Amino acid sequence: MSFDLEYFNLGYLDTLSYKNTFVHRLDPRIKILVSFTFIFFVVSFPKYELSGLMPFFIYPVFLLTAGDIPLRAIAKKVLFISPFAIFVGIFNPLFDTDVLITIFGIPVSGGWISFISIIVKFILTVSTALLLIAVTSFPGICEALERLKLPGIFVVQLLFLYRYLFVLLEETLKILRAREAKSFGKKGKEVKTFIRIISVLLLRSVDRAERIYRAMLSRGFRGEIRVLKTHRLRLQDVFFAAFSVIIFYIFRNFNLVSFIGENLKSSFR
Amino acid sequence: MHMADALLSPVVGGAMWAGTLGTIIYCAKKLKEKMDERMIPLMGVLGAFIFAGQMINFTIPGTGSSGHLGGGMLLAILLGPYAAFLVISSVLIIQALFFADGGLLGLGANIWNLGIYPCFIGYPLIYRMLVRGAKSDKKIMLASLISVVAGLQLGAFSVILETKLSGITELPFSAFVALMQPIHLAIGLVEGFITAGIVIYVRNIRPDIVEDLHGVKVLSSGGSMKKALITLAILAVITGGAFSWFASTYPDGLKWSIEKIYGKPEIPEKVNPVTENLSEIQKKTAILPDYSFPSQGGQEEEKPSWPAVDPGTSLSGLLGGLMVLGLVVIFGLGIKMIRKLGKRHVL
Repeated sequence: MSFDLEYFNLGYLDTLSYKNTFVHRLDPRIKILVSFTFIFFVVSFPKYELSGLMPFFIYPVFLLTAGDIPLRAIAKKVLFISPFAIFVGIFNPLFDTDVLITIFGIPVSGGWISFISIIVKFILTVSTALLLIAVTSFPGICEALERLKLPGIFVVQLLFLYRYLFVLLEETLKILRAREAKSFGKKGKEVKTFIRIISVLLLRSVDRAERIYRAMLSRGFRGEIRVLKTHRLRLQDVFFAAFSVIIFYIFRNFNLVSFIGENLKSSFR
Repeated sequence: MHMADALLSPVVGGAMWAGTLGTIIYCAKKLKEKMDERMIPLMGVLGAFIFAGQMINFTIPGTGSSGHLGGGMLLAILLGPYAAFLVISSVLIIQALFFADGGLLGLGANIWNLGIYPCFIGYPLIYRMLVRGAKSDKKIMLASLISVVAGLQLGAFSVILETKLSGITELPFSAFVALMQPIHLAIGLVEGFITAGIVIYVRNIRPDIVEDLHGVKVLSSGGSMKKALITLAILAVITGGAFSWFASTYPDGLKWSIEKIYGKPEIPEKVNPVTENLSEIQKKTAILPDYSFPSQGGQEEEKPSWPAVDPGTSLSGLLGGLMVLGLVVIFGLGIKMIRKLGKRHVL
């Protein structure tokens, strides 16, 4: 159960997202758009690219440090997942065996380079997604989605989902504890038992939704929920966006890494 | 089977996002037309239920390993296709943000793969057709099994197509199919069995939840199949159009499939004034240098990837890469220092 607990440790990222730093204060819309631009630039590199990706680490590192987010919180989550990327990527070294470069006399095949490139891209994109939520609260994201013109119904039920997630997770933990207490070893985990347990959870959830709806009606709900808008686009938001995009553009279009590398090499001589 | 950002090309990721966003907007519009206010809290709570339910594990018969509920088809049965699609999207958004399952660019593809097929094919075209008329437990079981398996097979196949179109993996198409489809057949059978079990159990206690077509599922009744078909057709055209436009603009994303069809990397060239203009514009505004359009007639050789991978520059690449990483770490430490100093000043 420790894996599940680790996986469902939503609360921690949520707590981090209510800090008050420069990046936390930025408009969520800007953060979403800049993060998307970042990922777009990163995945646009061809499959054998490795060194050109390195400068892009600056964006997650910036969010991490300026947002005062503990490195462990993110690193642990990045390490935890990704079986699919590895599963698909690990075949590259098997099928693509042409030697592309030789580093200090060791021949390296194209497959290994593209595999490592997949892993680096994976770390960059995944850590950015996690950091985005760590420096932007979930209600902030929802506010941004609504202001980016996503349908109101969609945003409102997304907010509902998030709010009741924690309630239902606690209820489920109680159910799981009861199951542990009443069964030994593998018993209690049969599909038949599982179906009954989860059906009861479903029935309880539907009951809860009905109670919530009645409570909403009694508080004057008329089919519309307004999302709290707390952010306004300020000069620093625009500045941050423009600056980031320019930097990504430079990193993508000018080969800084080999420029630095050439200079280093010649200075060694 | 969550698609990862690192396996997608920007073109494929962007096209899948376009299709997904279009469907979200369409579903929201459909829901608004016949809005039942009870739906909003129900959608939110059932989304949370899917999450919570995934915490409860069970032993997969015959293997000893443990599995959990997926829930796409269950949502479609409980909520009808439109609401279910929005809820599935929400669940995947939260998974992408909090667990980085898939990532932000891959999110569009994931919503498509896990949402479209159960909501707009599995439920309206298979499940509802099979459980028509007098419902019995056997019918529900059969319908769930077939619809879930079909949905998951289509989803898995989409994952393969998206990965191959992105051109990042070397895994041959046939091997990829042989790996993915059987795994998802097994997953689909278990998931279908569980979905049927839940629907049957809940039907015994609260038949209104799973059967009342005029209550919760008012949205899915009446001509939903026709509408779903039309929606799908439109979406297919849009996506296809987007793909082919991108394919003509960015050759390498679709090179693989084109090679399969024509036996050579380029489609026999027809001079098309629109694409010519587009390529001109693209040359001038290219943000991503490697995605430039080859000159008309396919005369120009493919540009070497940037920077050219050859032994001469690889050492400088290595040195430079390490140097830049070092600089990034110093940059991070610097910001941390500034933050600390700033705090002291406040105090």
